[in-house]
This record gives sequence, C-alpha cells and structure tokens, in this order.
Amino acid sequence: MKFTEEHEWLREEDGEMVVGITIHAAEQLGDVVFVELPDEGTTVSKDDEVVVIESVKAASDILAPVDGEITEVNSALADNPGMVNEDPQGDAWFFKMKISDPSQMDEFMDEAGYQKFIG
Amino acid sequence: MAELKRTPLYDLHVELGAKIVPFAGYEMPVQYPLGVMKEHLHTREDAGLFDVSHMGQVIVSGSSWEQVATAFERLVPMDVLGLDDRRQRYGFFTNDAGGIEDDLMFARKGDDLFVVVNAACKDADIARMKDALEPEVTVTPAMDRALIAVQGPGAEAAVSAMDARAAEMTFMDVADLELGGIAVWASRSGYTGEDGYEISVPAAQAEALTRALLAQDGVEAIGLGARDSLRLEAGLCLYGHDIDSDTNPVEAALTWAIQQVRRAGGDRAGGFPGADVVMAALQDGVTRKRVGLLPEGRAPMREGVVIFDAPEGGNEIGVVTSGGFGPTVGGPVAMGYVATAHSKIGTPLWGEVRGKRLPLSVAKLPFVAANFKR
Repeated sequence: MKFTEEHEWLREEDGEMVVGITIHAAEQLGDVVFVELPDEGTTVSKDDEVVVIESVKAASDILAPVDGEITEVNSALADNPGMVNEDPQGDAWFFKMKISDPSQMDEFMDEAGYQKFIG
Repeated sequence: MAELKRTPLYDLHVELGAKIVPFAGYEMPVQYPLGVMKEHLHTREDAGLFDVSHMGQVIVSGSSWEQVATAFERLVPMDVLGLDDRRQRYGFFTNDAGGIEDDLMFARKGDDLFVVVNAACKDADIARMKDALEPEVTVTPAMDRALIAVQGPGAEAAVSAMDARAAEMTFMDVADLELGGIAVWASRSGYTGEDGYEISVPAAQAEALTRALLAQDGVEAIGLGARDSLRLEAGLCLYGHDIDSDTNPVEAALTWAIQQVRRAGGDRAGGFPGADVVMAALQDGVTRKRVGLLPEGRAPMREGVVIFDAPEGGNEIGVVTSGGFGPTVGGPVAMGYVATAHSKIGTPLWGEVRGKRLPLSVAKLPFVAANFKR
C-alpha cells in the first residue's frame, strides 16, 4: 500500500489502483455523512477533485492521486457514508482507477514513511 | 487577534480529551472522544453536559421589580413586567431599524433580572444595557460565574439526584439549588429542544460541580459541534447566522416571543428600539421569512447555499443560514430565509451545492419534537 501527502492510500489489485483515505484522515474528518463519487469511465488528471466527502463538520475534496481513468466506484458509500469512519483502509475504498503513468507513483510514501509524515 | 480566553472548565475539557477550537473569543471544546454524532444522539437519549461559560451572565437590579422590568422593556419587545417571580423568558435586543442585536434569556429572581446573552455579543450587550439603563438601575456582569447546561431526558434524574427540588421545576422555571453543597442558580431550559437545566455556578466551584454531574448515571460531556446540530434540529436560531442586526423578528419567525402587551393596542405597546418597524412588519407582513428547509438527498446544504424556485433558470429566492447533518433526523437539515411567496410548508425549492441544484422542501420547525417538561 502506498500513501500520499493528501492522506490517500493506493493499493494495487488486478492491475488497477484502489484508492481511499487513511485512518488518520478519517479521524480528522470526524463522522462522515455524505460521499459523492465520480462517474465510472471518467478520465481524470492528478489533483482533479474527484470525490466530495462531507463530515458533520465540513465538506472536503478528495483529489485524484494520479492521471488515469476511473473504472469502478464504491457505490455502497453513498448509502452508508459512515463506513468511511469504520473501515477507511478496507471496505470504504472510494474508487478504482487504471493509471496512465506509473512513474507518478514513485513519489508516494510507504506505511512507515506516512506514519512519520503525520508524526 | 486578541488572546483567547478560557472558561473555568478548560483544564477539565483537556483532561477529558476534548478537541479545543477558538469560538467567540474562547478556547472551547468542539467535541470529546465520543465524536459529534454520538454526542448528539447521547444527549437525545440520555443526558449531555455542556460548558456554556463563555456566555454572558448579567444581573440588572434596582429599587423594585417594577423599576427593573420597566427599564429593561426599553431595550426588548417582550413583556418583562408581567413575568412571574422565578420564571424565565426568551427575548432579544432590537435596534432602531427593527433588527436583532442579540437574543437572550431573562429570568426574574425577586426584584432582580438575570440575563444570559451570547458570548460574541456580550461586551456590546453590557455596554448597551449600561448606556440605556444606568444610573436608574444597575447592570452588573457576573464575571465570576460559570454556566453549565445539562440537557436530555436523563437530565432531571441526574440533577435531582443532587437536589430533589430540581424535579419540581417545570420548563422555564428558575430556582436556587444546592448541588453537592454548592449553591447554584438553575433554570429549566436550554438550547437543544430537550428537557434540561442551565446551571450558573461560582467559577471557583465550577469544576467540582461538573465532575459531580458527570459522575451521575448517563451524563456525558458534549462539545459545541453537537450543541449546534441539536439546536438546528430543534429549530433554534444561532445569533449571527439565522438572526442578526439586519433581520427583524417578523422575518425571523420570532413573533411568538413578542407578547400582546407590547404590540399595537397593548397596554405597553412599543417603546423599544425600532418599534415602528417591527409594528409595521407585524401588521403588513414581510417579504422574506425564516423557514425550515429539508434537503431531499443526502448532501448537506450548509450556510450560504443559495435557494432557487426552479431546477434550472428561475429566480434566486433565498439562502441557507444554518445547515448540516441532523443525527436524530438521520439526514441533512437546514434553515434559512426564503421569499414569503415561497415560504409555505411543503413548497418545493432547489439549493445550489457545488454548481448543482438539488431539491429540497420548506419544512415545519422543529425537525425533532421538543421534549420539555411542561
């Protein structure tokens, strides 16, 4: 699993990247009450706002971590946004993407690096 | 920025693991480890304890109740003189344009008037009262007192376990109680839509009292985050958001707080700032009104969301002034101002969120039925 400075994680699965937010990010957001997901098939560029997540406190944007195409979204989150607090690094993934430039992954942190980053 | 102040309970908040944020010039607990959602639900199901010591507590005193009440009526459009001893009422200060300068709770304690005002407005409120009322009557800020709210269906059991007289109070009663040997002033009121008490205690004893209340069955410390969602579901205004110096009480749907005796034809009609404007609004109506707004989908519509009368095109007819997720409702809730023509309950409207118009409807307030001890 790789981690970004935007508190997202990426996990490779069947040649695609599964993307979600970290446990630390979910704790900071507080109780999540709404998730708006992108359309499957959308082509995105790194740092595009692809997901809107609202907690009891505020709205936040989740950015595309890399260039690519959204191949699947976790529609269970729309009906049960609280999953983001319960299992942010497991069942509450946001979307899967086919990435166009694997070298964009090089800058991401491993788990130890991320733990140090959030210190 | 001026240095932030702390309430007498600051150290206890930190000890309890609160997340502290700046609010109205104070370092206040926005949530505890339980989190906003669970804190909200716990208050509706059992009892929540809130530190509201940042609010202003003021005593207005004079040679008689008549003198104090008559003087105070020059600042508010409420029936103060007719308030029975040991009773409390909701009110607001108006300005010359009929706008609301702050909302408040006032109670009669013998010949004295005990006033609780909002934290962000308290310096201005105290100055307003002193300027308008002294030296006829004396305005004394109770600087050395904390204010603790205990709210929820379990509040009566928790407080009356420490002083049985608490159970005899009904909604909007005030009484002097002795809680664990500490003399306090209590009112049976609050800001959650639930039964409960607000307890004024000397600052030096605030922490001991709070620890004793938290030791009662079912009482949890609750932060400002849940306080906001509780009051929103209860349809209660937040000053500076749902009401301000540009909104008059008729627009704000607060005419219930203006008793007949202060209205046209009443024995003490008018005589408060902006009375002509408020009287005209009462008689002729207003062009916008504060209403409940219920989004149809799951997306919260927060303060500032613009409201339209059509899913595309159409006219901008209103704005959300408070909005978020209502944990007891289980979905988004909001309130705001809409043009009077669109203010009827059930009217379909659209709120623009991130460039998209999402459906909502005008809804009855409160969103959650009040649970007061009448």
